[in-house]
Amino acid sequence: MIKIDREECIGCGECVEVCPVDALSLDSEEKAVVDEDTCTSCGLCISTCPTNAIETKIMARKGDTSQYSGVWVFGETNDGNLKEVGPQLLGKGRELASEFNDQLSAVVIGSDVKDAAAKCGNYGAEKVYMVEGEEFDQYKTLPFSFAMSQLISEFKPRVVLYGATHLGRDLAPSVAGRLGLGLTADCTGLSIKEEDGEKLLLQTRPAFGGNLIAEIVCPNTRPQMATVRPNVFSCPEETENSQPEIIEREVDLNPELFKVEILERLSGEEGEVGVEEADVVIAGGRGVGSEENFQLLEELADALDGVVGCSRPIVEDGWLSKAHQVGQSGKTVSPKLYIACGISGAIQHKVGIRDSDTIIAINKDPEAPIFDVADLSVVGDLHEVLPELLELLGGEDGS
Amino acid sequence: MDFLVFIKQVPDTDEVKVDEESGTIIREGVPSILNPFDEYALNLALRLKEGMEDEVNITAMSMGPPQAKDALKKCLAIGADRGILLSDKVFGGADTWATSFTLFKGVEKMGGADLYFSGQEATDGNTAQVGPELASHLNLSSMTYVEDVLDINPKEGYLTAKKETDEGFIKLKSELPVVLSCMTPPDFEPKIPGVKEIMKAKNKPLDTWNHDDLGGTEEEYGLEGSESQVISTYPPPSKGPGEKFEGPAEEGAEKIFALLKDEGVCDD
Ligand SMILES: Cc1cc2nc3c(=O)[nH]c(=O)nc-3n(C[C@H](O)[C@H](O)[C@H](O)COP(=O)(O)OP(=O)(O)OC[C@H]3O[C@@H](n4cnc5c(N)ncnc54)[C@H](O)[C@@H]3O)c2cc1C
Ligand SMILES: Nc1ncnc2c1ncn2[C@@H]1O[C@H](COP(=O)(O)O)[C@@H](O)[C@H]1O
Repeated sequence: MIKIDREECIGCGECVEVCPVDALSLDSEEKAVVDEDTCTSCGLCISTCPTNAIETKIMARKGDTSQYSGVWVFGETNDGNLKEVGPQLLGKGRELASEFNDQLSAVVIGSDVKDAAAKCGNYGAEKVYMVEGEEFDQYKTLPFSFAMSQLISEFKPRVVLYGATHLGRDLAPSVAGRLGLGLTADCTGLSIKEEDGEKLLLQTRPAFGGNLIAEIVCPNTRPQMATVRPNVFSCPEETENSQPEIIEREVDLNPELFKVEILERLSGEEGEVGVEEADVVIAGGRGVGSEENFQLLEELADALDGVVGCSRPIVEDGWLSKAHQVGQSGKTVSPKLYIACGISGAIQHKVGIRDSDTIIAINKDPEAPIFDVADLSVVGDLHEVLPELLELLGGEDGS
Repeated sequence: MDFLVFIKQVPDTDEVKVDEESGTIIREGVPSILNPFDEYALNLALRLKEGMEDEVNITAMSMGPPQAKDALKKCLAIGADRGILLSDKVFGGADTWATSFTLFKGVEKMGGADLYFSGQEATDGNTAQVGPELASHLNLSSMTYVEDVLDINPKEGYLTAKKETDEGFIKLKSELPVVLSCMTPPDFEPKIPGVKEIMKAKNKPLDTWNHDDLGGTEEEYGLEGSESQVISTYPPPSKGPGEKFEGPAEEGAEKIFALLKDEGVCDD
């Protein structure tokens, strides 16, 4: 929100002109006034005002919570393709929406996203709010956050969920900051809690590096927003030709909002290797010993249809690219099976693997902390255990 | 130019234990450290400063209890020129929203900066929200997952940075000022201050500002100013100790193989 200094305002109306959401008007005394519900804190008026009479004043958006209804899922796309986390959240969103007695909707923003919008319907969205335009071709914080804020201000959803991807963890706090909303990061569970006759979104998330689980509610601000880790919820079945209601909105982007420009994709860096989505992750740590030895892990990954991951020192030594790194400063994984080979199990590593269904650890140190989280701990030299295992698997394949 | 680095003192998560009964963190005996991501952010700020012609002043700012001064002292020893601690009982219990508001008030009082740095996340809360939320308060753009600043041009008022995305790294250009949330690169070696630096740091300004200094009503700060409420905490459900096997590699492999079959990961 913004604050207008009535003393300084000369009633020129420049701000009213420039406001992309028509949140400003002149009152009977020819002074600018702002409609708090509509303002998205884009700040355009601030730079336009000739007398510096406007400043940002972000306040918690508390108003009347009963005006807000509907569960929204942000449908993240890459090159126009809907990412998996969207459908996963729509699956969970469906449950929440029925309990709230609400509609389930998706939001899709991009340059060529009609298919992605339709797809959201296939995964259960009754409505899809779509903002389409060349200028949304690549993700940029301000334009996306501005578009999202505009939709939220206009349609007033009760709940908005984002994937806790790099993009989601950039967009959601920007929207929350702009609109003055509570936001819970990296949720691993969502349910409903009744408080004083009102149903609230109960958000569960790990804190302190995964040493503690916290339950969080945002009782006063609407929408209640959360980012949710990918692969925590499973993807519902896709239905064909659902034909959701598509609500398209134009978002007027003032060039001033483009403070950031993407220059290039940096080469030499591998893109996604899919550790986050994989059902099986074979991860190696310093105990693997050398770059060549990762071959063993590759073979095991091939045999089990999995992907190779690693601990941070492996990236530091340049044996594998950053995209393989699992843990606090790497990826959070949630496979059916995680095999940790020669990884000691530092908290920064363990925090990234807690959502795995089954963990197998191979380490020659019987006291290795990784064993505390493993379902099966094998004390031994991985250079002996893995070849034996490959042989067992190979025997199966060959038959 | 003025650089402002937001730093937080956090309990060392390696050492943290949970009280199983009350479901809270046992802080006693747990060492406090400078949040590792913030340490990187400060080092990045220092490296940029060294490479610039303009005179650069680096301020480290933190909101926290009085003992958070130790983390600021460490920043001064590493190379920051000034430390500011925002500390008051009414700031306690703040969520990311109230934290970013308090830091914003601190920035206002300080008179603003030309470039802002935060860590990508604090290792206690792991929310990664304070940086972008601060940017909103300051009406600035923010950039998250920044691994490096490649070039900074104060005359033309821009910088270029290397940022991690879900699809790999990209190079971005941004207007100044901007709020950078910094992500430690794998090859980062923290600067360990020597005795000389620690002594020198003792003469650097380290101020503490309280609620009266920042202004605003008490309800805007701390627990009262927080929009998200933690209603309960508990230790993560432990799966119970799994099976542990010690013996010949061959048998170890067989154990694994049997489990893989059970899980249906490989064919029977
Ligand atoms: C801010 C911050 C963020 C971090 N983020 C991450 C992160 O995202 N991911 C991450 O992984 N780390 C991260 N770390 C680093 C983390 O603290 C540990 O240093 C790292 O995980 C250790 O990697 P490791 O287990 O491979 O190596 P080590 O700790 O050196 O462990 C090697 C293990 O291999 C075993 N071993 C050796 N030889 C054999 C053999 N022949 N057979 C079987 N076992 C063998 C050893 O017994 C030992 O347990 C971070 C640290 C910080 C400060
Ligand atoms: N109390 C605080 N004082 C100063 N900076 C903070 C504080 N809390 C968070 N930050 C900054 O915001 C970043 C992200 O923190 P968080 O959103 O808590 O994960 C940290 O790395 C710090 O740079």
